[in-house]
Amino acid sequence: MATAIEFNNVSKQYRLGLVSTKTLSHDLQRWWAMNIMGKEDPYLKIGSENDRATKADSEYVWALKDIDFKVEQGDVIGIIGRNGAGKSTLLKLLSKVTGPTTGTIRARGRIGSLLEVGTGFHPEMTGRENIFLNGAILGMTKAEISRKLDEIVDFSGCERYIDTPVKRYSSGMTVRLGFAVAAFLEPEILVVDEVLAVGDAEFQKKAIGKMQNVSQGEGRTVLFVSHNMASIRQLCQNGILLKNGRIEYMGTATDTVATYLSGFGDTMCYHADITMEHREYSDTSREIELLSVSLSNNGDDYATDQPLDLYVRMFKHKKNIQSATLEVMFNNRMRERLGSYISGPIDLTGVDGEFTVHVRIENHNFAKGTYSICFQIGQKDIQLGLKDYDIVHNVLFFTVAYSHMQKKDSIVLWRNDWGSTVFQGTAEIVQAK
Amino acid sequence: MSETQEWTTVIKPKDKLWSVDIKELWKYRDLATLFVKRDIITQYKQTILGPMWFFLQPIITVFMYMVVFGGIAGIATDGIPQPLFYLSGTCIWQYFSDCLNKTSNTFVSNSGLFGKVYFPRLIVPMANVTSNLLRFGIQLSLFIVVYIIYSIIGCDASVNWYALLFPLLVVMMAGLSLGFGIIISSMTTKYRDLQILFSFIVHLWMYATPIVYPLSLVKGKIVAGFDMYTIMRLNPVTPVIETFKYGVLGAGEFIGWGWLAYSFVFMLILLVLGVVIFNKTQKSFMDTV
Repeated sequence: MATAIEFNNVSKQYRLGLVSTKTLSHDLQRWWAMNIMGKEDPYLKIGSENDRATKADSEYVWALKDIDFKVEQGDVIGIIGRNGAGKSTLLKLLSKVTGPTTGTIRARGRIGSLLEVGTGFHPEMTGRENIFLNGAILGMTKAEISRKLDEIVDFSGCERYIDTPVKRYSSGMTVRLGFAVAAFLEPEILVVDEVLAVGDAEFQKKAIGKMQNVSQGEGRTVLFVSHNMASIRQLCQNGILLKNGRIEYMGTATDTVATYLSGFGDTMCYHADITMEHREYSDTSREIELLSVSLSNNGDDYATDQPLDLYVRMFKHKKNIQSATLEVMFNNRMRERLGSYISGPIDLTGVDGEFTVHVRIENHNFAKGTYSICFQIGQKDIQLGLKDYDIVHNVLFFTVAYSHMQKKDSIVLWRNDWGSTVFQGTAEIVQAK
Repeated sequence: MSETQEWTTVIKPKDKLWSVDIKELWKYRDLATLFVKRDIITQYKQTILGPMWFFLQPIITVFMYMVVFGGIAGIATDGIPQPLFYLSGTCIWQYFSDCLNKTSNTFVSNSGLFGKVYFPRLIVPMANVTSNLLRFGIQLSLFIVVYIIYSIIGCDASVNWYALLFPLLVVMMAGLSLGFGIIISSMTTKYRDLQILFSFIVHLWMYATPIVYPLSLVKGKIVAGFDMYTIMRLNPVTPVIETFKYGVLGAGEFIGWGWLAYSFVFMLILLVLGVVIFNKTQKSFMDTV
């Protein structure tokens, strides 16, 4: 199959600080304040509202940065991400509404974008007239629209009102009409932005069915932006997760949605003070309580061959505990258990109260990706019996990255025996009171 | 790689200075006609008098001119009956100012649509200029009716061969308003002040054009050391208006081929410049609007 869309290192930059204030007088005031009076820009706040937290001090913001991907023909790609992640900017670039700052976008075939509710509709014109106008805006010829008119009207379910001005339509009807026109546009590439949110259930079903037909039956490519994870999963084969203008994850739609939902794609977490939220089972005795956990390198991604250093701060409440076993469990982004490290019995005889254990895990061979860590402190001694003092789940999140930063997830370095893997490492008390 | 040649769309950050895709414009010709249709249909929707306004506007305007300029100020009309003289000027000026006002808002008033979907933006001002032709035509028919009435009554006005230049004159008016309009529209995306300024200028511009008075009136007039006759003719609209009046009514004298050519070249340069600025703006205006 041929490539339908290709994004090649595409970036889009918006200038924040000096966004026009829209009137000459404001700009003159700014010029006066900044250059003559030496004050701060009085209108800077207007721009910085759009700002991302990470670049608060910068005049420029990258709405998209180094976007690089290919879409195969006939593929339905779901694009997800938080508000402001760059989803709409990406579609805007593709539909030529605004130009990229760097990079090239190539596409094969006509690109049709699905307008938001009734954009391009003129309220004073009838449904029929608007079908023609809307179709032409989307790039159809008059003849094409005439040929499909009956189908469009039928699909929209607005036959009765087709000669009524659109301003008399309900918002649902307007959306249906708009979607119907776009659905029969038959572009090779269809760009859909968050339209299925409106319309009744029956119409949504219809629309989803149509989109599936479009991609499967007719081999067309669909880019679909939505916050509705269910429809992403239902409609799309593959997904792209955007975060702060970068591609955070790319894979099957199900995986992408899972990544997004699990919050893995959002924040890495290298240090956590344990709260009750981390404990799935609150009925543990907590004779030894986990206080805080942290990964040694602050904020940096790990390399595959780099050992992991973990510091676990705990508090021993019961004096007579002689030893305990610490288990560190690793989950993938789907929160599936990959393996764990189990320390030997750690001698706690000389410990009273707070202490910290340093765990070093070597040769973990994690593939590029995001992982979470769970901790468990307890007794694993057969003779003393199994006992859990405290368990916390998914408290730390970290990323393993190759030095050569491959764009796609590779499974080259996956170990075949995942699931039964026991990590090798050391555990020692480094600090005790 | 042969694959690269198959790409039908290539989007890059920067384009050449002159990047009008005539083929693309032609592809969207149906859209242009639909825009024209939309403008015409929706113009007088939900009005009681409807298309009657096409006639009422010039009639009321001409009536006011007759009272103010003809009556109170007593400005001569080259021996042409006042209604005929004013109507000829108003019709053609109205077309020019309507086009100019409409096209100068292209980006601002269509930002919602432009922000959602791509089509050659130039379609919109071009459709504006075209849809205004209908109104112009209707008003022109009013002019013709009045003309016929006056011919029956008997007056000094007479058509001559220069009237055959009429199609060219319309093209020139359309071209001038389109050129000015798209330049203004490109500038107003950043500063809304300019929009107010320009609508004001267009308003005053009429008085710098021989609409309510004949050009012959300014002949030999020197104001503050400037020869007003020359300055008036430098206004690219003046030769068009004067040629129209002379050809149709026989009013005054022919302005001369030189001035007409000046006006035509002015229009061509304006259009080229306008399209370059417009194209530059359409790439980035969504970020500044």
